Amino acid sequence: MKIPLIYNLRSLRQRPVSTLTTAVGMALVVAVFVAMMALSNGFRAALVGTGSPDNAFVLRKGANAEMNSGLGRDVANVVGGMPFVAQDPQGRPMISAETFVVISASRRNGELANVVVRGVSPMALEVRKGVEIVEGRMFTPGASEILVGAKLPSRFADMAVGDVFRFAGRDWNVVGRFVAEGSAFESEIWGENEQFMPLFRGQVFQSVTFRMTDPSGFEGIEETMEGDPRLFVDVFREDAFYRNQSSLLGNLLQFFAIFVSGVMAIGAVFGAINTMYAAVASRGPEIGVLLTLGFTPRNVLGSFLVEAVLIALLGGLLGGLATLPINGLVTSTTNWDSFSELAFAFRVTPGLLLQGLIFAAVMGVVGGFLPARRAAKQPVAEALRGA
Amino acid sequence: MRYARLIWANLMRRKGRTLLTVLSVAVALFLFAALRSVVTALAAAGEVGSESRLVSRSAIGITFPLPEAHARRIDALDGVASVSWANWFGGVYVNPQNFFAQFAVVADTYFPMYPEVQIPPEQLEAFEGERTAAIVGQGLMERFGWRVGQTVTLQGTIFPGDWDFTIRGVYVPEDPSFGDEAFYFHYEYLYERTNRNVTPGWFILRLDNPSEAAAMSARIDQVFENSSAPTKTETEKAFNAGFVTMWGNVGFLVRAIGTAVFFAILLVAANTMMMAARERTHEVAVMKTIGFGDRLLSGLVMIEAVLITMLGGAIGIFGARAALGGNEMLSSLLPGYAVEWSTVALGFAIALALGLASGLVPAWQAARLSVVDALRKVA
Amino acid sequence: MPLVEIRDLRKSYFRDTQEVPVFDGVNLTIEHGEFLALMGPSGSGKSTLLNLIAGLDKPSAGTVAVGGVEVTAMKPRRLAGWRAEHIGFVFQFYNLLPVLTAYQNVELPLLLTRLSKRHRRDHVLTALGVVGLTDRAEHFPRQLSGGQEQRVGIARAIVSDPTVILADEPTGDLDATSADEILTLLQRLNKEFGKTILMVTHDAHAAERAHAVMHLDKGVLRR
Repeated sequence: MKIPLIYNLRSLRQRPVSTLTTAVGMALVVAVFVAMMALSNGFRAALVGTGSPDNAFVLRKGANAEMNSGLGRDVANVVGGMPFVAQDPQGRPMISAETFVVISASRRNGELANVVVRGVSPMALEVRKGVEIVEGRMFTPGASEILVGAKLPSRFADMAVGDVFRFAGRDWNVVGRFVAEGSAFESEIWGENEQFMPLFRGQVFQSVTFRMTDPSGFEGIEETMEGDPRLFVDVFREDAFYRNQSSLLGNLLQFFAIFVSGVMAIGAVFGAINTMYAAVASRGPEIGVLLTLGFTPRNVLGSFLVEAVLIALLGGLLGGLATLPINGLVTSTTNWDSFSELAFAFRVTPGLLLQGLIFAAVMGVVGGFLPARRAAKQPVAEALRGA
Repeated sequence: MRYARLIWANLMRRKGRTLLTVLSVAVALFLFAALRSVVTALAAAGEVGSESRLVSRSAIGITFPLPEAHARRIDALDGVASVSWANWFGGVYVNPQNFFAQFAVVADTYFPMYPEVQIPPEQLEAFEGERTAAIVGQGLMERFGWRVGQTVTLQGTIFPGDWDFTIRGVYVPEDPSFGDEAFYFHYEYLYERTNRNVTPGWFILRLDNPSEAAAMSARIDQVFENSSAPTKTETEKAFNAGFVTMWGNVGFLVRAIGTAVFFAILLVAANTMMMAARERTHEVAVMKTIGFGDRLLSGLVMIEAVLITMLGGAIGIFGARAALGGNEMLSSLLPGYAVEWSTVALGFAIALALGLASGLVPAWQAARLSVVDALRKVA
Repeated sequence: MPLVEIRDLRKSYFRDTQEVPVFDGVNLTIEHGEFLALMGPSGSGKSTLLNLIAGLDKPSAGTVAVGGVEVTAMKPRRLAGWRAEHIGFVFQFYNLLPVLTAYQNVELPLLLTRLSKRHRRDHVLTALGVVGLTDRAEHFPRQLSGGQEQRVGIARAIVSDPTVILADEPTGDLDATSADEILTLLQRLNKEFGKTILMVTHDAHAAERAHAVMHLDKGVLRR
């Protein structure tokens, strides 16, 4: 960089209005980009965070969602006895046979929403990794008690610890609230599977989850179980199963994010091109002098390109900062695979902010290139003759 | 109009810059049209559904079935003209990406309740005579290239196994927002193949008097309130609207993006106008000396700004209409997706507002310009 | 060997498709340490001649040699670097970068060399000293008078110790007193420091300050 950077910095200060308007334009593009990607990432994180690669997840064959599956008690017993099911220090098999239904509940704003009610075994907290009770306690087997996921109490009435929540014609005491690393589980109600079975779908489970003794041996486990004539099942790695859910919506959100910010970027780049052309036009004599003094056209091109990128980076910074307040903001949509409400938080990560800056820099380069080239290619005499 | 040449000359002074600004506005309005059409399509989806048809489903949760006996009791109530039911099948055609809705229905009571589903009578007859027949929407036929008489196989998810159906009829909806990608087959088939192990998913009923909808809904729910299968009854329209809210706060998202886009492009347009104005202070001063008034000169600036944004707006909005109107992916996700005239009108209003806003400062500057100051700067 | 040797130089411009000849076969030699003024009516090509010597423009025909090096034959890529080293240009409208201080403006040509910051500082302060503006080093052009701006321009032109100084109407934008100061400075550069100067001017009084005056009129150069 032969031409000093301070020349560019001060030149930007000389035209504060056009510099700022271009920068703010880019800031808006970056803000929209980061916000939408944060939405998409939050949604994916909620699904990805759900489940562990060390667990195997069993559904009835052909059922592509828990909701559609049905496994008899016999199946659950057979699976429980298999050698690759890990045991806890007390020698109990780390397995949770679960029921899964979706009920209607009223949101605080009066609208009806679908909420997942999962009947779990008391071993569930140990089998499903990352689930932790942060308020209250675990339900007592046999009692009419439930746990609520952390995202629920703020969105639904009667779901705080200590409340009584009514569904399926019965009253349930909310005795605990749990977190699950921001995953989909945080939008669910958990209770005892034995309590739920008679109320809902009879003596069937929807899924069986167990910890594998050797997670790297998953393929073997899958083959054994799917080939077993007593069972009629599909086996998945728990995290992979949830990750594939709503992949359509996840991809759609991401596509949408890129499409919208891409289109906006085109507009912002046009703005940058205009601004830089004006700058080049008004600084003709300066460019002429630089060329006369012996700076090469390439030096001049580089200098104006850098100037464009500086504006863009300013915009990228402003845009990124503007999106910080939405980090952690909770919103919800429907997980179309479980047909239930999934609450998730916007996730603005440092990596994403960096992406925003890079995006801005690219806009700067694209927008600054043609004007910079014009600056460099001007015949000196013409440039000197001036604005 | 006698100033037309002057205005034109000013716009053409820097063709590149004018073009870039017009394109920026076009891009912004294209996006606006695309986004707003999502909102209008969802709103239309929320409007689909008759107010004279009621849907009655389990109060526990939408996925819980109801006993068949309920149908007889509902039918017996005063004010109920007819009752039918349907089930969600949830099958997979080849792979899960080929999603479409499948319903098991009781044909002789179901289709009469849906006059907007138009089926050629001979096809309907063929369907009624065959146990494994299916009636399929026009959109699905086109999407998969199916023909009447063809057998298609669905893999059951809720109801396991491979299910073969023969297409005997194609329906075309009266109202495009009803959607033309549904698949109907006989409830009887489902009942038999599951060893009678299935009960209605939800009931649809028609009233003698549609204005009684609210009262009837309450009455029906009251009847089953204390049973093991309580119901929630509402108009079909309300029922569909409930699904739309499941998308989440799309309206808010779209409005937020729309606002951001508007301001981003406003900045671009305003910047352009100000750049142009800065270059022309000398000329404006000379025009004033000749005798052009302040108001006239500032008016010309505004007209210039508005012309740029309206032209950009036209390109963007009509471009969106052309490009997105028939898009397949969009219309299967959101039936009836189209850039409606209301969106077009709103788009032009925004373009106008953009033009006025961006021209404001330069117009004001032109009006206030002091001739003496401006001309002194001449070399 | 003369410092600047111009042989049979021709230059034409093209206005649309019309060929407009500027000069047609100009010959000129400038010796070391000469202070030469070039006069002529506007449009006669005086500035063009300076541009051709500096390698900022290419002739239609003919050659220009500076310090024995044929400028007209030099590859464009090398011209910039050569110019930085051998040519000092003084403009009518000073052409200082308004966003840089006097010091930074004078330092510009040195950024193209490999000199360290400290060495550059020495050169800049020396140059500013010669033109008598050391105390204004941190001022911006808008804070300087016309005459002072031009002096900074001259300081910039001499800071890298060029072979030749080319001045294009250096006093054209100045009042009488400032013009006089500038011309005195140029004379000093020539007499005391032995700088070779070619000055274009339309002011006869300014031209008198030089050793010799040449006239360029209708493409013909004569003493």
